[in-house]
Amino acid sequence: MAVKKKLNMRKRYEVLTRGMGWDTTYQPMDKVFPYDKFEGIKIKDWSGWEDPFRLTVDSYWKYQAEKEKKLYAIIDSFAQNNGHLNVSDGRYVNALKLFIQGVTPLEYGAHRHYAHLGRHFRGEGTRVACQMQSIDELRHCQTQLHTLSHYNKHFNGMHDPFHMFDRVWYLSVPKSYFEDAMTAGPFEFITSISFSFEYVLTNLLFVPFMSGAAYNGDMATVTFGFSAQSDEARHMTLGLEIIKFMVEQHEDNLPIIQGYIDKHFWRAYRVLALIAMMQDYMLPNSPMSWNEAWQIYYVENMGALFNDLSRYGLRMPKYSDVATAEAEHLSHQTWSDFYNFTHAASFHTWMPDDRKMDWLSEKYPNTFDKHYRPRFEQWREMEKAGERHYFKGLPQLCQTCQIPMFFTEVMSDPMKISRRVSMYKGDRYHTCSDGCKDIFENEPEKFIQAWLPVHQIFQGNCGGADLSDVLKYYHLNEGEDNMEYVGSPDHKRWQEWKGEDKQDETATG
Amino acid sequence: MSLEISSKVIEPIRQTYDQVARHIGEGKPASRYQEATIGLQPTTNFHYRPLWDPEHEVYDESRTAIVMKNWYDFKDPRQFYYGTYTIARAKQQEVAESNYAFVEKRDLLESISHEVRQKVRDYLVPLRHVEWGANMNNCAITDFGYGTAITQVTMFNTIDRLGLAQYISRIGLMVDGNETTSLESAKEAWLNNELWQGLRHAVEDTFVLDDWFEIMVAQNIVMDGLIYPLMFERFIDELSHEGGATFAMLTEFMTDWYAETIRWTNALIKVTASESDANIKLLSEWTIKWSDRLTEALMPIGKAAFAGDGDVAVNEVKQQLLERLSKQGLDL
Repeated sequence: MAVKKKLNMRKRYEVLTRGMGWDTTYQPMDKVFPYDKFEGIKIKDWSGWEDPFRLTVDSYWKYQAEKEKKLYAIIDSFAQNNGHLNVSDGRYVNALKLFIQGVTPLEYGAHRHYAHLGRHFRGEGTRVACQMQSIDELRHCQTQLHTLSHYNKHFNGMHDPFHMFDRVWYLSVPKSYFEDAMTAGPFEFITSISFSFEYVLTNLLFVPFMSGAAYNGDMATVTFGFSAQSDEARHMTLGLEIIKFMVEQHEDNLPIIQGYIDKHFWRAYRVLALIAMMQDYMLPNSPMSWNEAWQIYYVENMGALFNDLSRYGLRMPKYSDVATAEAEHLSHQTWSDFYNFTHAASFHTWMPDDRKMDWLSEKYPNTFDKHYRPRFEQWREMEKAGERHYFKGLPQLCQTCQIPMFFTEVMSDPMKISRRVSMYKGDRYHTCSDGCKDIFENEPEKFIQAWLPVHQIFQGNCGGADLSDVLKYYHLNEGEDNMEYVGSPDHKRWQEWKGEDKQDETATG
Repeated sequence: MSLEISSKVIEPIRQTYDQVARHIGEGKPASRYQEATIGLQPTTNFHYRPLWDPEHEVYDESRTAIVMKNWYDFKDPRQFYYGTYTIARAKQQEVAESNYAFVEKRDLLESISHEVRQKVRDYLVPLRHVEWGANMNNCAITDFGYGTAITQVTMFNTIDRLGLAQYISRIGLMVDGNETTSLESAKEAWLNNELWQGLRHAVEDTFVLDDWFEIMVAQNIVMDGLIYPLMFERFIDELSHEGGATFAMLTEFMTDWYAETIRWTNALIKVTASESDANIKLLSEWTIKWSDRLTEALMPIGKAAFAGDGDVAVNEVKQQLLERLSKQGLDL
């Protein structure tokens, strides 16, 4: 009997994933892989890529199937037992509305565009890594839809998330960010999504939602979060690996990569304004404030990461200091804005109650009592007097991040609106910050194309001139999906389920 | 007798997401497959043109000449979404794993003749490169295709093809006692042996097709429709007659996979063809173009792999493929 050689795991993995590709000769390689050179990133040796996942397909099927079986068992039992009745308060579900409208479609976009990379990077190992991430992202999109399906049957606002993603004004913030990355070259996309988003900022996205779910009795979403965690860990590893790989390949790559990191840190960070408000205001029980999360996950953890990366010549993203100064204002300013525009949003807003106000004062000692509490107390008084207000006009949007221009000069005068203006080919373009202005001015030809929701409404491309027409175009059911939480159909149903007294109507948040 | 557990009944205010209800009808409960599939892909209000392809939007129907009124008319008969897909494959890999372990434990390949093992090295192991090409092509369709009803299936297919390439590679390792010699000689043959050049040329030409639906036809309908019956059915049968039935066990995953996947490709062609005469014309042209090209490319491999009647085998599988596709509405 012949003696059989044993292959160790590493060698076995290598044999099963490398050497299947070849340099094409009947078609030129540049035609087979047409997109991986135009950015100017130089790759001398694709085989220098180390696979972070090191999973053969059979093991992938096996592990993932186990996770899926467990997750769906919980989802089934959640629906069967009306698990939505166990959440801390009906208000909490608004965080899920924001999630399914603004995050789930991003998972889908990631799925499709990692397939773009999975086909078009020249390196075999890099392609396989992107394919694995692509199918994982499809998983996240689909499991989120299934997890939230039960909520959709009992709450308003989450009934048409993909239609809304393509149209609704505040959803153009995440949509334009992702499409910015998808329409860029493959190296910019992977820096944006795998590094800036999935590595640098991922905890700031997932912790608020998943810990938020845990703190508010949402068993289904917590289970999804745990189930996705091991996938996310793989994706984070990919993010770090790709940055090191690109920088190590050629010294000319460094300034390009640093530029991508600067740009996409700021783009992704601006999207997180929506998360900051969700975390501090929508969660009846908050595991931590936005500012605390920012200090831990960004200032400390990413500070340490970029210390490590400094040996590659990389530095902290530009305008990190502005984002840190903004951390004490971000959620309050964003919530104020949405409170004013909830008549055009597919979720509810409300004013915080005393307990929440005190929590905010404690978490934001430098800013809340000074700048925001008086405003909110006044609005609460107006509500009590039956004068709950909505802003009647349409806001000006930042040409880059597409958020209404409500951010302020946090470095100098936090009560002064921050506005920047750029001229391009005789037209004037407005941006909300130095970060967004730089991005615009580096690629004006790209950013003048932006589908700005307010401009589109004025141009008559969103169903008509009246708010009602626009809401119909959004598929937003007036009086159900939008406006104040107190007195909304969601609120009324919640009170019926919980047997709460109608007197409760003034006790908010 | 069943237990009656009383629980609070709460009437839902809707049955499913609107994008699903619009497709299946209001007020109907939706399946998990439907909720995971219908209406997920963005369709409008794209912000920026791709720097790498300014002629198209991020998602663009005009990336194929096939025209559909509704890209969610396609249904996967297997109803695969991520969960059902991975669970199905996990079961299959368990069977495959136990087959491979059994063959190794009993040293079943030792008793097979040198000639049969050499045939496996020469004609089966190089197919790992064909699977790798299929992986790239399915990934391309996932990238450029339109509508989740198609692109999620090609995503699963992308990963399947990598898995299939890995199973073939394992067979290559097993015939050589875990040495990589047959993998290396198969690659050498794939790159330089005259026998394989027609096929490699055709595969490389599919990499540069502009129309993703033509890639679909060339790869998933025609190439697979010729190679799987020829190599994983007929060739393996022939090896079995020559004492190599163990290889039938090691390729069970492939034959099961093909039998299952063909249900989807048949449904895909049927729905696309029934949409319009223009679609029938395109699909038929592509089918004829690629089946002629690939039959010719496979002819030398068939002649060498089958004792004496290789050309008959190649022509028969082509005939069967064309007959099957005619039944789905193509004009061949």
